Amino acid sequence: MAEIAEGGGGGGHDKGKKRAKKSSTKVDMTPMVDLAFLLLTFFVLTTTFAKPKVMSLVYPAKLTDEEMKDIKPTKINNAITFLLTEDKIYYYEDEFFPKGNPQGEPPTELKETNFSPDGVRALLAKGNKYVIQERERLEKLVESKQMVDSVFTQKMIEAKQNKKALKVLIKTDDKATCKNFIDLVDELKIADIGMIAPVDILKSELDLLKAKAK
Amino acid sequence: MPKSSPSIDMTPMVDLAFLLVTFFMLAASIRPSDPVDVDIPTSISDMAIPANVVLVTVDAGGRVFFKMSDPEAKRELINSMMGKYKSLKLTEKQVEEFTLMETFGCTVGELPQYIDLSTDERRQFNTSGIPYLDSTKNQLKDWIDFGNRAAVNSGRTAYEVAQMDGLNPDPKDFVPKFILRVDSKTLYANAQKVIDVFRELELNNLNFITSLEMAPL
Repeated sequence: MAEIAEGGGGGGHDKGKKRAKKSSTKVDMTPMVDLAFLLLTFFVLTTTFAKPKVMSLVYPAKLTDEEMKDIKPTKINNAITFLLTEDKIYYYEDEFFPKGNPQGEPPTELKETNFSPDGVRALLAKGNKYVIQERERLEKLVESKQMVDSVFTQKMIEAKQNKKALKVLIKTDDKATCKNFIDLVDELKIADIGMIAPVDILKSELDLLKAKAK
Repeated sequence: MPKSSPSIDMTPMVDLAFLLVTFFMLAASIRPSDPVDVDIPTSISDMAIPANVVLVTVDAGGRVFFKMSDPEAKRELINSMMGKYKSLKLTEKQVEEFTLMETFGCTVGELPQYIDLSTDERRQFNTSGIPYLDSTKNQLKDWIDFGNRAAVNSGRTAYEVAQMDGLNPDPKDFVPKFILRVDSKTLYANAQKVIDVFRELELNNLNFITSLEMAPL
């Protein structure tokens, strides 16, 4: 292998005497090794190990106009509505009052936030305290073997659907990108939020968003 | 003085090289070349892509592409499409080629021409993707609707086969799933129009393709 031929040519000593040439038992493997490394380089560079994953998101059912009429507005408690535009996130808590509510509260103001740890994440952790405490309590039970995993999963689903859990609405304007949207949904999943509703933006909200984003 | 040989024994190194070649060859999965490049957003979700899927791609420019995982379901799908769009006429060979095609995106009128192209030519093919904005002639809606029906049937067949093989299959694994592959740079408004098509068909449970990122601690 990769021998350097010594005493090349094999000429020299034959003075008419015929002697069987000693043939070498070594095969030159250099081309094969070259090829092996070539293939190795190719596969190393082309292989991707990270298989894409999926993130599930349930959308609200689409209602016809007639069905919409039958729905009466309900009072929303413990909710955050996110408004996305370009790469910015705005939000307001609970209900939306463009002109202040009858009880004399001031009109809703949009607050800006971002994807830093003390932005959306801190906000959600504060709002979703109930589910986070519930998870800690249940995880302790699982650790001390008082609860099995399947019951834990079931209890977590129940906790996320509880009245005290945070509800999140996501509204986008026509400039929001998918990256922004998916990043936000990802933050919601990190914060254990079970009720996520991507819904259409209202005209009054859109106006407010435009005024704010300027 | 003995002459020292200039050669080094390279056997261990070559052994290792071949071992690595073998490993990477087996680990590599051949990725079918898609007619469109998509920059996938990231999330912490670690759910694998299910087996029986209807996949809709939205690229950075808002063009829409369609894909189904099961070739048998695709045969049923194209037959349903030919039943609805009378102008769409495909030869037996083109139908065969369609079932083998991965992601595709073109109007129904362009389809016969599109099928006859090679994989590389499909990348270059100048198309606006599957039409999905028009509410009366929404071709994407038909692809999804017929695709869903075909996938339900093929899923049922696969479930029965698994049952007959004495396995204990979970029916949930055979129900078709709906997957959206959106480019991170595309406007959400584009994706929303596709999502609305799904919602009109009462398919509200959607999945977004994301690549894995580390969860924060």
